[in-house]
Amino acid sequence: MVIKNKWLLPEGIEEVLPPHAAELEVLCRRITDQFSAWGYELVMPPLIEYLDSLLTGTGEDLDIQTFKVTDQLNGKLMGIRADTTPQVARVEAHNLKRSGPSRLCYIGTVLHTTPGEPGGTRSLLQTGAELYGHPGLESDAEILSLMLKTLQLAGLRDIHVDIGHLGIMQGLIEPLKLAPEQKNRVFHCLQRKAIDELSKILVEWSIDSDHARALLKLIDMEGDVTILDEIRTILKPCGDQVCKYVDDLQKIAELTGRQVRNAPLYFDVTELGSYHYHTGMTFVAYVPGESQGIAFGGRYDGIGQAFGRSRPATGFSTDAKKLFQLTPHSYKRKKGIYAPNSEVPGLYDFIERLRRQGEIVICDLPGQSGSPGDLECDREITLKRGKWQVREI
Amino acid sequence: MNDEITIAVSKGRILEEALPLLERVDVRPLENPGTSRKLIFQTNHPGMKLIIIRAVDVPTYVLNGCADLGIAGKDVLMEYESDNLYEPLDLKIASCRLMSAGRKDTAGTGGRLRVATKYVTTTRNYFAEKGQQVEIIKLYGSMELAPALGLSDQIVDLVNTGNTLRANGLIPFENIAEISSRLIVNKAAMKMKQDIIKPFIKKLSEVIDR
Repeated sequence: MVIKNKWLLPEGIEEVLPPHAAELEVLCRRITDQFSAWGYELVMPPLIEYLDSLLTGTGEDLDIQTFKVTDQLNGKLMGIRADTTPQVARVEAHNLKRSGPSRLCYIGTVLHTTPGEPGGTRSLLQTGAELYGHPGLESDAEILSLMLKTLQLAGLRDIHVDIGHLGIMQGLIEPLKLAPEQKNRVFHCLQRKAIDELSKILVEWSIDSDHARALLKLIDMEGDVTILDEIRTILKPCGDQVCKYVDDLQKIAELTGRQVRNAPLYFDVTELGSYHYHTGMTFVAYVPGESQGIAFGGRYDGIGQAFGRSRPATGFSTDAKKLFQLTPHSYKRKKGIYAPNSEVPGLYDFIERLRRQGEIVICDLPGQSGSPGDLECDREITLKRGKWQVREI
Repeated sequence: MNDEITIAVSKGRILEEALPLLERVDVRPLENPGTSRKLIFQTNHPGMKLIIIRAVDVPTYVLNGCADLGIAGKDVLMEYESDNLYEPLDLKIASCRLMSAGRKDTAGTGGRLRVATKYVTTTRNYFAEKGQQVEIIKLYGSMELAPALGLSDQIVDLVNTGNTLRANGLIPFENIAEISSRLIVNKAAMKMKQDIIKPFIKKLSEVIDR
């Protein structure tokens, strides 16, 4: 590389500079404080771990998104986390071994090998909350409510949350008895809502059943709670279990509505969620002006099985840097106090006292250029009648 | 909330065939895109505009949300390989085939087959599915020249009538995919602007030649 380009960062890898970094840090703290107020305990999983454990129970997508390196100590492959959820599931299943509900949260950098959109980021400051040990709708509603509260805390408006259910999709696709590659094609069609393509391949494969017809009808069905009745009618011939899942979604929305006023909840049962480890209800949050979802979550029971304990699990995650970018900030740096370079006794005790009171005190460096004003100081420490004191500049 | 809708349309044949279709759902650019050098066109609907761009750029604009809707060939979408776009309608316009072709007298050199194409991903997937290892040479145009001058053994390209192939001494081999233009939709726009986009899709679906 030519020397003049040595400052260049990899694509999609960005740094956060002053004054934004301090503001972002405040947002992170407020998010984790809120998690804590809901009873979620902070965990700090490692940035890197063996691929075997990092990708257990997750889909191919996450594998592709994970940067890999070889451990020089033993030749085993390690991955830099692309998603924190599987790590937290491992911690919960293997290290904590609690019997009751376990509430955990995290915040930390994750890396993606490819950006989510052209010109998008590959380094996210992922934060999220996970609730283990409870299989019911109440825990799904708690997670959904906490996600909405987190987005509101960041200052986002006009949020739109789409809720889906993997159980409904599996309940429709399994009876079609498809080969794995056929199933894969159906999933790709669903994710793209490619209704024409799906109906064409179903005809090609001579599949025409209640389940297939329901799938084709549901693909462009989305709307608020009033659409659930229509969805129920479509699912009626497909058995009681899938219909019960629709009731579940309605109940989750109801429970969430009690915790978050005017919760902006919509339904799209063909929404498959991210990363393919979900097993039940899933959700994605959108905001105007953003072309991709900004927060994701859902139920992923049993992911801890590979680590020794299968536990019910539900959770959500988002990118704190993204939330920060999406909200306006009017950053004003707190003005400081300029301290002289002096050997007169008592100066450093005086400075210490001011700092403890929460003041910013910046010490003069001999021979430095620039005035106290350049360092954002509006006051200075001076010696008056043998005593150190603060005065306006 | 911004309720304006932007539709990205691929230049060239797709644009020519898309304009009559848009006309049938009462969307008309105020200027003729065929003669104007503009890239953004207002339409008879104040909240709806068209942008006319190269085919390969349409998914990028729609994925980033700069355009809410797009009209792009399936060839471009297959190459793009993204599940992050909705693809609700086959517009059945600008139909053609993605085919492999080569010289009649292609005698294998015994080594790997060399294939020239601009559809690198699709070509690799296609030959991999057939169990064949090939070397792909990325070109940006005039594929037909490659086998004639010995740059490659075969080409993979769009074939409409087959006249260009024949004029350059090539014959079509295999049909890789039937291509037509699709309506693509940004995922967030489909959610956040559904009151405008859903009726538009429905209207469009009613005027497509089935």
